[in-house]
Amino acid sequence: MGKLTWSAIPFDQPIPMAASLFIVLGVLGLLGLTTAKGWWPYIWREWLTSVDHKRIGVMYVLLALVLLLRGFIDAIMMRSQLAVAAGGAAGYLPPEHYDQIFSAHGTIMIFFMAMPFMVGLMNFVVPLQLGVRDVAFPVLNAVSFWLTASGALLVNISLVVGEFARTGWLAYPPLSELQFSPGVGVDYYLWALQISGVGTLLAGINLVTTILKLRAPGMSYMRMPVFCWTALASNLLIVAAFPILTATFGMLLLDRYLGMHFFTNDGGGNAMLYFNLIWAWGHPEVYILILPAFGVFSEVIATFSGKALFGYRSMVLATMAICILSFMVWLHHFFTMGAGANVNAFFGVMTMIIAVPTGVKIFNWLFTLFRGRIRFEVPVLWAIGFMVTFVIGGMTGVLMAVPPADFVLHNSVFLVAHFHNVIIGGVLFGGMAGYNYWFPKAFGFTLHKGLGALSFWCWLIGFYLAFMPLYALGLMGMTRRMQHYADTGWQPYLIVAEVGAVVILCGIVATIAQLVVSIRSRDARRDVTGDPWNGRTLEWSTTSPPPHYNFAVLPRVNSVDAFWKMKKDGLDAPPTTYDSIDVPPRSPNGFVTAFFAVVTGFALIWHITWMAILGLVCATVTLMVFGWIERVDNEISGSDLALAERPRSKASA
Amino acid sequence: MNEKSKHSSSILAYTSGLAFALLLTGASFLVSHSHELWGPGLPVGLAVLAIAQMGVHLVFFLHVGSGPDDTNTVLALAFGILIVTLVVSGSLWIMANLNGNMMPPSAIMEMAR
Amino acid sequence: MSATEATAESTGVTNLNVSGGEAGPAPVAIVVSYGFWIFLLSDIIMFSALFATYAVLSGQTDGGPSGRELFDTRNVAIETLCLLFSSYTCGLGSVFLERRSLPAFYVLFGITFVLGAIFLGLEFHEFAGMVARGAGPSRSAFLSAFFALVGLHGAHVSIGLIWLAFMVAQTAAKGPREFVLRRLRCFSLFWHALDIIWVAVMSLVYLMAVRV
Repeated sequence: MGKLTWSAIPFDQPIPMAASLFIVLGVLGLLGLTTAKGWWPYIWREWLTSVDHKRIGVMYVLLALVLLLRGFIDAIMMRSQLAVAAGGAAGYLPPEHYDQIFSAHGTIMIFFMAMPFMVGLMNFVVPLQLGVRDVAFPVLNAVSFWLTASGALLVNISLVVGEFARTGWLAYPPLSELQFSPGVGVDYYLWALQISGVGTLLAGINLVTTILKLRAPGMSYMRMPVFCWTALASNLLIVAAFPILTATFGMLLLDRYLGMHFFTNDGGGNAMLYFNLIWAWGHPEVYILILPAFGVFSEVIATFSGKALFGYRSMVLATMAICILSFMVWLHHFFTMGAGANVNAFFGVMTMIIAVPTGVKIFNWLFTLFRGRIRFEVPVLWAIGFMVTFVIGGMTGVLMAVPPADFVLHNSVFLVAHFHNVIIGGVLFGGMAGYNYWFPKAFGFTLHKGLGALSFWCWLIGFYLAFMPLYALGLMGMTRRMQHYADTGWQPYLIVAEVGAVVILCGIVATIAQLVVSIRSRDARRDVTGDPWNGRTLEWSTTSPPPHYNFAVLPRVNSVDAFWKMKKDGLDAPPTTYDSIDVPPRSPNGFVTAFFAVVTGFALIWHITWMAILGLVCATVTLMVFGWIERVDNEISGSDLALAERPRSKASA
Repeated sequence: MNEKSKHSSSILAYTSGLAFALLLTGASFLVSHSHELWGPGLPVGLAVLAIAQMGVHLVFFLHVGSGPDDTNTVLALAFGILIVTLVVSGSLWIMANLNGNMMPPSAIMEMAR
Repeated sequence: MSATEATAESTGVTNLNVSGGEAGPAPVAIVVSYGFWIFLLSDIIMFSALFATYAVLSGQTDGGPSGRELFDTRNVAIETLCLLFSSYTCGLGSVFLERRSLPAFYVLFGITFVLGAIFLGLEFHEFAGMVARGAGPSRSAFLSAFFALVGLHGAHVSIGLIWLAFMVAQTAAKGPREFVLRRLRCFSLFWHALDIIWVAVMSLVYLMAVRV
């Protein structure tokens, strides 16, 4: 069994043991409940083998929310440690444990919370907004989701069996090389991310093809919703950047497994090359995360102002400008690593330039709100909170883009405050806005408004309490990733930060409560029209939830904000004639592939050669078997469609 | 008749592509083995010949730019070329700068002894 | 609008000339080819990261052998010809396939397979020789970069050959059905792209190292 022994389970460490028990019992409990209630046929048929973009989108968002909990627990553990570990106090988390926690926190939040959240929203919304029935490659879509889930599973297995990386969320060498990290932690990190990275790349290819080749008749590029433009830019970045990540992690794996010398100290290796390559991926990655969030805000602000988005053309230009510029700034993540002044100056200036298109977007949102009839639904709260918070975070970023300033602030908690400022204020707030906005479309009933507002206020206040002190601390000289610190003058700030984390916890609890309460009272808050917000784009022209084929007849588009125009011109009545359509059948391909991916990944991590070969062979055979079979679409006849659509025709008559 | 002429023009395309590629390959070997090209210009010469041959492949074998639906294909290719250029030239510039300014690893190891 | 207009639009397949969205969703064949093209571009970007690595590390021989000492250009020339001609026969084979001349297709794709296999054999022989001489990938950073870059290309060729065999078997078993033809077109794109990458490897790795 390779390196795997019983000592891999942390029987002697109370905190990981408790966490492991919690997770294992929770998972077993869930599986047991499903079995007892006989839900397996339904789950298998409707979710695990679904190739419907709407189902896959929901699963992505569900994955994100669950991993948000795990990542947040890591965060509050760190805050609690720092609130007490002042002066000579050791705190309650030993350093080797603390290192794994901050590494897991970053890895989970970026790769298994933020990415799936955005990809899930894009998956659900984009085909509906484009007026088509699904993405370009539905089976590939399912494979992408399940590969992402496999990566998430492997990272969580590391809590129970073995350990996680102690290298931070990017695993810099030489610390991540075999010489200095001989355990399995870095291998868990690398294999989990390689597997989910493949999933993400495939999703990127899928969505780019969908947006460029599959749109309703009449929907030219300049008639697409802005969310689809930001989705296009984000997925182009995925296609361009993730191969670099795969190559770089591949090289680190070659160093660790086959003794090569890409980034080692000896043999001519160059650790700085890793920094260069990983950040060539890493910077586009943050734009991959924020662009869909920008798209969500464009939709939300326009809808709830009752006005068309101001400056559609400049929004599109700004989005594509950000897309291209994001590949020209990556050195600002390592200004202090020894490049000369001319290199630093070039990338510093480019970083400032990239702030300009974002500024254009902010002004466009403000001008959309101006003189609008604003309805303060929950998504708008998140949008306004975003605009204030993200601007502050963006400004601190531009501050650090000045190389001399960065020499003081690099790797201090000022940096930590900055990126949480933009990721929480931007990506998370965008995710929550999108979640509240499109929930009725996905499930047929609205979410409780009061609890949604409570969640927002807790997150907003909690965020500022948790991270503003870190700006001050960074300027005072506190470095990131510290398990304890000598200067007791820092402690009051860190206690305030801890309070902020607790307030955010209340926000998370409020979101969970919102979901539970809304489900319980769902009959009272049914969305019968399919258009609860008086929306502007095509997804609101379907029922809530939409039928699995989305549109019985593809809509004919002749302007931007297609559905708004249809409502104004009285053309939103359901059609009278229906032709037969084809829908792709479900497929176990994704789930089975993911199963073998997890087996192979686990085997590679623990150097269990026979299991790795077996897993790889099985995955290849799976691919071949599914490739051999010809998939025949299911046909829905015109008369069946007419029958299915009749409740709508009756309702609008 | 139309079908047949389309196919023979296709065969002509592949054959001319092969011929051009063979020429460029030969030129590359010649350039690197003889003194035809001024020494310090050799890397550039090899790169230019390589790019030309890649272009031949794209046009004659992959038929990029010759179909009806092709704007998207060409744009995607342009995007890809842009990213490759940025990543490769950016990396080379950065790493050369870093290597120039930093102590070589062997010297660091010496100091650590 | 009339029922016939609604019909035309609901099926989503109208004229192909305008890709600006006026025509509705593109036909499956175009969607599949375009998606595969995007995948190929991502693959090329992955190779470019390794090219950048090779360029940075090519001088780091750690006192060990350099490319000039190790590379055999005659071998490289034969490998290049094999791959180039296999690209040609693949292209010809797809012309005959579109014409539904299956015997010619089988022969040409068979030759493609053989030429690809010869390429791999030569490359494997080259690698084995280098390892035997103590110039394996763990000897130095230069060699790590060389083996990773050229090895990744070889791995792609290997996967290509397996895919080729699978596709020919599927064509023989199921006939030139539309879904089979779509995948064969993707294979041809893949095979030509591998030759493009080899052009870069040949020029920037081998010929650059041995230049006078």
